[in-house]
Amino acid sequence: MTFRPLDRSGIAARIAKDIPEGWFVNLGIGIPTGVSDHVPNDREVIFHSENGVIGAGPAPAPDKIDPYLVNAGTQHITLRTGGSFVHHADSFAIARGGHLDLCVLGAFEVAENGDIANWARAPDELVKQVGGAMDLAIGAKRLWVAMEHITKGHGGSRIRKLCSYPLTAKGVVRRVYTDLAVLDVTPRGFLVVDMIPGMTREGLQDRSEAELHWS
Amino acid sequence: MIDKFVPDVAAALAGIVDGAVILLPGFGNGMPETLVKGLIAQGARNLTLVVNSGGRDTGPTADLLASGQVGKLICSFVRADSIAGRLFGAGKLELEIVPQGTLAERLRAAGAGVSAFYTPTGADTLLAEGRETRIIDGRNCLLEYPLPGDVALVDAWEADRWGNLTHRQSARNFNPVMAMAAKRTIVQTRHVVALGDIPPENVHTPGVFVHRVVHVPA
Repeated sequence: MTFRPLDRSGIAARIAKDIPEGWFVNLGIGIPTGVSDHVPNDREVIFHSENGVIGAGPAPAPDKIDPYLVNAGTQHITLRTGGSFVHHADSFAIARGGHLDLCVLGAFEVAENGDIANWARAPDELVKQVGGAMDLAIGAKRLWVAMEHITKGHGGSRIRKLCSYPLTAKGVVRRVYTDLAVLDVTPRGFLVVDMIPGMTREGLQDRSEAELHWS
Repeated sequence: MIDKFVPDVAAALAGIVDGAVILLPGFGNGMPETLVKGLIAQGARNLTLVVNSGGRDTGPTADLLASGQVGKLICSFVRADSIAGRLFGAGKLELEIVPQGTLAERLRAAGAGVSAFYTPTGADTLLAEGRETRIIDGRNCLLEYPLPGDVALVDAWEADRWGNLTHRQSARNFNPVMAMAAKRTIVQTRHVVALGDIPPENVHTPGVFVHRVVHVPA
């Protein structure tokens, strides 16, 4: 049987299915940004953007763009009715102070102990893209990761025994959504919650560096 | 009568000396671009620039870095393919990477008289190498110090003569915390309003944190 990996929007849609009404949620840059597009309007989920937006809404129509209103990716957004603005220290008090029900981040790698690497591919790399990731990773009540299962470049698995890239935070990831599967991080390691149609246990294990558990 | 308005940008920036620590807000908006242009014209050198992002190849941060006036950049985010990334790669710019929330909190601490604080942010990462950590409530935490500025350059939507400010929508970002963290806070405002016109409950940055204001109409 063949399988078709989810595209980035498909991963975002799969995540959105698991976000219940009432949660206060921060979405990182990359695949996670698309999650809000898949939450139906009648399910009230409040999206926080690290630059101080509470109640971030979808992109505006081209003639309704307000240059004074952007999200963490500096894309133009709208504000939901009931939304508000805070300054940066209060915005990160929300992130670091345990007030987010959920944060969804992109990552290069996640390890079976819950470690996440998402800001640099090597210790001496010139790119230094920490941004708010380290704050969000340690502060949210639960951290989910959205990423492709396999790297595009050398085909290695992002599902690791130990992260090979510099860490963003240790032991914080609760769940991983990839283009192939949904994996919970448990004290025993990765527990497979869901797989895409056509994927087999052997096929998923072959694409994972860490050992997978099934029950 | 208290009146913090000055006639022009040059008067607003007068007295910024070589070696000053400059706090520069902005996150996609909310950056006082006219004051940055003024600082380039004013010419103070060997500056330490504190800003969230190292910017790209164009824009106020890039222009200030390209002017050669900045010796050290403190920020949360630098693109390799940017003026900041290339200056750092060439050894012409000192760089201190600070997680964004720690950056905001270090600024807040500077303004609030907090001498140091511990946070789990970054404690288990390369950023903690060679620095003081301790376990607090079972969690590894990193010691962080305040980040005071000599000068904050601030963007406002409205200002009155006491220096009370509002910031428009997400353009608030780092403006209030940088205003409180600097010895001298210099504001460019889009609109001038009479004292009392901003409803007291809606002042975002109170004038106690503001020293000079210049009107820069949109």
